[in-house]
Amino acid sequence: MSVPGDDPLVIADRSFRSRLILGTGGAASIEQIAQAAEACGAELATVAMRRADTASRGSVLDALATHGIDVLPNTAGCYTAREAALVARLARDALETTWIKLEVIGDERTLLPDPVELLAAAEELVADGFVVLPYASDDPVLARRLEQAGCAAVMPLGSPIGSGLGIRNPHNIALIVENAGVPVILDAGVGTASDACTAMELGCDGVLVASAITRAHSPARMARAIATAVAAGRDARLAGRIPRRFHAVASSPDEGRVPPAGLPFS
Amino acid sequence: MTVVSAFVNGTPVTLGAGTTVDDLLASTGHRPTGIAVAINREVVPRSRWSRTCVVDDDQVEIVTAVPGG
Repeated sequence: MSVPGDDPLVIADRSFRSRLILGTGGAASIEQIAQAAEACGAELATVAMRRADTASRGSVLDALATHGIDVLPNTAGCYTAREAALVARLARDALETTWIKLEVIGDERTLLPDPVELLAAAEELVADGFVVLPYASDDPVLARRLEQAGCAAVMPLGSPIGSGLGIRNPHNIALIVENAGVPVILDAGVGTASDACTAMELGCDGVLVASAITRAHSPARMARAIATAVAAGRDARLAGRIPRRFHAVASSPDEGRVPPAGLPFS
Repeated sequence: MTVVSAFVNGTPVTLGAGTTVDDLLASTGHRPTGIAVAINREVVPRSRWSRTCVVDDDQVEIVTAVPGG
């Protein structure tokens, strides 16, 4: 069912019907990635760049191509702007895309972004013609700086990668959304469908989900659940929620009630 | 010198002098699509694979896309 106001997600010069970006990391097999991709209708999916092994069987690229899903390479595993820029350029040459999910990690245990290196890498890659989608801290000031650097979107984390802790600072996500002139994609931390729904209710333009889908007991089922939640959250955001009130507000009319026992009918 | 000692994805290799990136990929069985090559941390664009020779001590990286992120 289509409702007036339905609109695509537009990043740079491309538009997407699906507001869910699938992260392919963590799956037990290429087949599971394919099943999840089909179940959630994602049009864009992330991949990492690693040393090629001619002995490896089954390619994630083939699986995504079969389902008509475009690849969004990332720079996962990079700890400096220099490393990330090299991986981005390798991805551009390998995959013939200028799009890059830019990750520059600053801490091994939490995998939190290094904002200083991230901004430096973003500036360098934007200048080199990349469409940069940076994985960032949930910091409204950093988000603004990344946008000013020319990033095509900002991707604040809900909580650490793979933690499934959901959105730890919803207020910051709302502040990022309020200030952003580019799409805001919540990236990292989604544990289950309700987290993705919350991100969209907070005003995010999309959600990127990997582990919550790929490491679920049934990846395909969770993929569908999260895609439905993303759509529900988007609708709820556009519909405009009612204000929160401390006390009740009756929804049924007062008028015409049957009088309580002991009062005369009138 | 008739041989070249280099590293391919971290492994020491001995190649014939004049081995190009194209030759290297063919001899190691890599499909030419979906991969990229860097030598000494600089990307060698695929348009230059046929005329870029691997020389002594080069660190060649051949990368591809894997599930991730």
